[in-house]
Amino acid sequence: MSKLDSKIPEGPLKDKWTNYKNKIDLVNPANKRLIDVIVVGTGLAGGSASATLAELGYNVKAFCYQDSPRRAHSIAAQGGINAAKNYQGDGDSSYRLFYDTVKGGDYRSREANVHRLAEVSGNIIDQCVAQGVPFAREYGGLLDNRSFGGVLVSRTFYAKGQTGQQLLLGAYSAMNRQIARGKIEMFNRHEMLDVVIVDGKARGIIARNLVTGEIERHSAHAVVIASGGYGNVYFLSTNAMGSNTTAAWKIHKKGAYFANPCYTQIHPTCIPRSGDYQSKLTLMSESLRNDGRIWVPKKMEDVEAIRADKLKPTQIAEEDRDYYLERRYPAFGNLVPRDVASRAAKERCDAGYGVNATGEAVYLDFQSAIERYGAEQAKLHGIENPSKEKIIELGEKIVEAKYGNLFQMYEKIVDENPYKTPMMIYPATHYTMGGIWVDYNLMTTIPGCYAIGEANFSDHGANRLGASALMQGLADGYFVLPYTIGDYLSDDIRTGSIPTDTAEFEEAEKNVRERIDFFVNNNGTKSVDYFHKRLGKVMWDKVGMARNEQGLKEAMDEIKAIREEFWKEVRVPGSADGVNTELEKAGRVADFLELGELFAKDALHRNESCGGHFREESVELDGEQKGEAKRDDVNFAYVAAWEYKGDPRDAELHKEQLEFNDIELKQRSYK
Amino acid sequence: MNLTLKIWRQKNANDKGKMVSYNVTDISEHMSFLEMLDVLNEELVAKGEEPVAFDHDCREGICGMCSLHINGEAHGPDRGITTCQLHMRMFKDGDTIHIEPFRAKAFPVIKDLIVDRSAFDRIQQAGGYISVNTSGNTQDANAIPIPKADADLSMDAATCIGCGACVASCKNASAMLFVSAKVSQYALLPQGQVEAKDRVLNMVNQMDKEGFGNCTNTGACEVECPKNISISNIARMNREYLSASMKDD
Repeated sequence: MSKLDSKIPEGPLKDKWTNYKNKIDLVNPANKRLIDVIVVGTGLAGGSASATLAELGYNVKAFCYQDSPRRAHSIAAQGGINAAKNYQGDGDSSYRLFYDTVKGGDYRSREANVHRLAEVSGNIIDQCVAQGVPFAREYGGLLDNRSFGGVLVSRTFYAKGQTGQQLLLGAYSAMNRQIARGKIEMFNRHEMLDVVIVDGKARGIIARNLVTGEIERHSAHAVVIASGGYGNVYFLSTNAMGSNTTAAWKIHKKGAYFANPCYTQIHPTCIPRSGDYQSKLTLMSESLRNDGRIWVPKKMEDVEAIRADKLKPTQIAEEDRDYYLERRYPAFGNLVPRDVASRAAKERCDAGYGVNATGEAVYLDFQSAIERYGAEQAKLHGIENPSKEKIIELGEKIVEAKYGNLFQMYEKIVDENPYKTPMMIYPATHYTMGGIWVDYNLMTTIPGCYAIGEANFSDHGANRLGASALMQGLADGYFVLPYTIGDYLSDDIRTGSIPTDTAEFEEAEKNVRERIDFFVNNNGTKSVDYFHKRLGKVMWDKVGMARNEQGLKEAMDEIKAIREEFWKEVRVPGSADGVNTELEKAGRVADFLELGELFAKDALHRNESCGGHFREESVELDGEQKGEAKRDDVNFAYVAAWEYKGDPRDAELHKEQLEFNDIELKQRSYK
Repeated sequence: MNLTLKIWRQKNANDKGKMVSYNVTDISEHMSFLEMLDVLNEELVAKGEEPVAFDHDCREGICGMCSLHINGEAHGPDRGITTCQLHMRMFKDGDTIHIEPFRAKAFPVIKDLIVDRSAFDRIQQAGGYISVNTSGNTQDANAIPIPKADADLSMDAATCIGCGACVASCKNASAMLFVSAKVSQYALLPQGQVEAKDRVLNMVNQMDKEGFGNCTNTGACEVECPKNISISNIARMNREYLSASMKDD
């Protein structure tokens, strides 16, 4: 039944990428000048791909909806980027990074892709340092590392709590060099609204100029989608307000299969929501779990006293605190992977131990780290018998140096000082492992259409490890796509530039215009956000951290109903000429309303628990792992790639069976 | 709390624009400033009016997309934050809040509170990079140790989010803080030395072409900068510029 060909090269795992690169077709430098490539999105994946393709000599047209490529949401990544450099000499290697990533992804990713990712990871750090990315350093002048969840080595490189910002500015600077040379034509404040297929190949896009409202045709020999994930289907997430699925969804509707949409990462450490007006949720970096300890009170009376504001968390004695991650997972403690940490928080809050008014918050406490660092500093500075105040003063300085900007961010939002009282955190939607299906070349099921970074599905399986998103985005853009795309484009050296005055462009533009005309003329009664919030609530309640058959079936029907109402009742004031932010949102939410239903359908069909996808029907019933998620490798060790067939619920399933030759499938234990 | 908002409305770049008054009610002190504007916009949409257009994206103070001059201050009355991190607890019931776009000749208004900051991109394109190809064939990242103090100072400069608050706060609409932050990031690192001379000359030249004003050491930029970029970077850039201008080759 499957038409999927993953095109994984033959040979031993560790040699696949090297041998493959040696054999693929290349485009000679003179011919690259004759070839155009469109890149949609300028985050780490799109920005790095644009820069590298332009350096190679291709003519790149890059698009972003923000006012500058530097503002793509990769910029908000805080904690760090993984690389198997083994600078700490703690036993790291490419193989170990590969193994950790496959295990962390709960054995639902493609071995060959992940191994390639681990292989090029070290190069990313070399590249970024050469570009002037100011990574954190030790006093000896060498690069510093820290640990992230789900692994037993320190392989995460970082730039304070702004690693994504610094890496993106690195890619942006590489883009700027090519923009100045005229090799990248940059289209800021533009949104891709459809892909154009000519003779079965992706040959261009239709984009709207968000300033003038003009609908534009852009042609190229290949189209690269680097538009990020679809976490905003939940309305509230840690994504940027403008993050959307439109580019990915449009190519899906034109033939690109959508893989594993139900694999979504709910990140354990976000600032809890505070009211109905809330527009987004803010992440507190996972790096905080290096030093923060997560707990809730053991006694229900303490919980009640805290909620009634009669007790402060700092007044609760050590023995009355339940450090539930340390209790349940002694080997990994507070550094279990994100999916495990999130479910454990939900478990405690569902049991009634949540520590704020909504009952949806747990503590992240730095007191013991502050004391530990303070004592160490006192010793370093030769202070004998330091007072407790002195220790805390010294310790707070170290914590500030490590996480200062995160603490400041928390204090500004919550109005509490996290140096003095524990932070309150709760899980929130953060990242989507699912995405457009791609083969080993990162090509979608549409020839000439590629998907890179978070927009594709390939490397993180059912759960992404911390600090791996930045790694994947840059690996795809700097080191993988620039090779693999050449193999395809080598057939296009004589094609000449693609004309835009053809029937295919005409048709695509017409459809885009019709939809925009509909929105501005519909005169409904409800705002776009009204529908988006309703969709988000269904997604969170029924397709969130825990899912079951009945809830998922209801979700599919409810989303369909919201979608139908949306098309009747949505109201978009203003015109399509010029800036119209409501019009932009309407188009994006229309696509989320379709994606949401496919998401629920995928979650319904996958009757197993794996990674971020937790089915209440599929848990371990006894033994040491009792209550933990239960995977079903016999029936579900495949990628679910969905083909669009009109209504999202009619999507047709194609399976890519996952083969594990180098890794033995095991129950993922962090005990 | 209940508030009166006086907001700059301007249909497009050619429109003259004017301040318009709005009232919002039942605003929670825990709301962010932009969430308060969301509430206003939902009300406007419900009435069939065009919502107030403003730039925003990450809403966590890092993308640099949000702007706004609030009661005469870039990013509002709080310090060390962007508008999206400003919370309503900074205001009192009954307050009147004036909301305007960032004003500068080099930042023309596109619509309402949205301005065009592409001049910043062009300054960076003039030399805000290290000319190294992204081939991956560079030397090992630990081959050149960099003193921690230099790396940290470089990072402090690199923290700039390119929001333009420095320009909006400066009486001369100077972009010196922004440009000097970028120049400093590279000037402090060994990787940036090879092109240091051309970089500072080209970037300053482009800055002047874009119509930004001169620096007269008022220091307002540093006060209003959401990332606390230090004006010592301007001093460093001036040194770099002077020595680059004197060298001949």
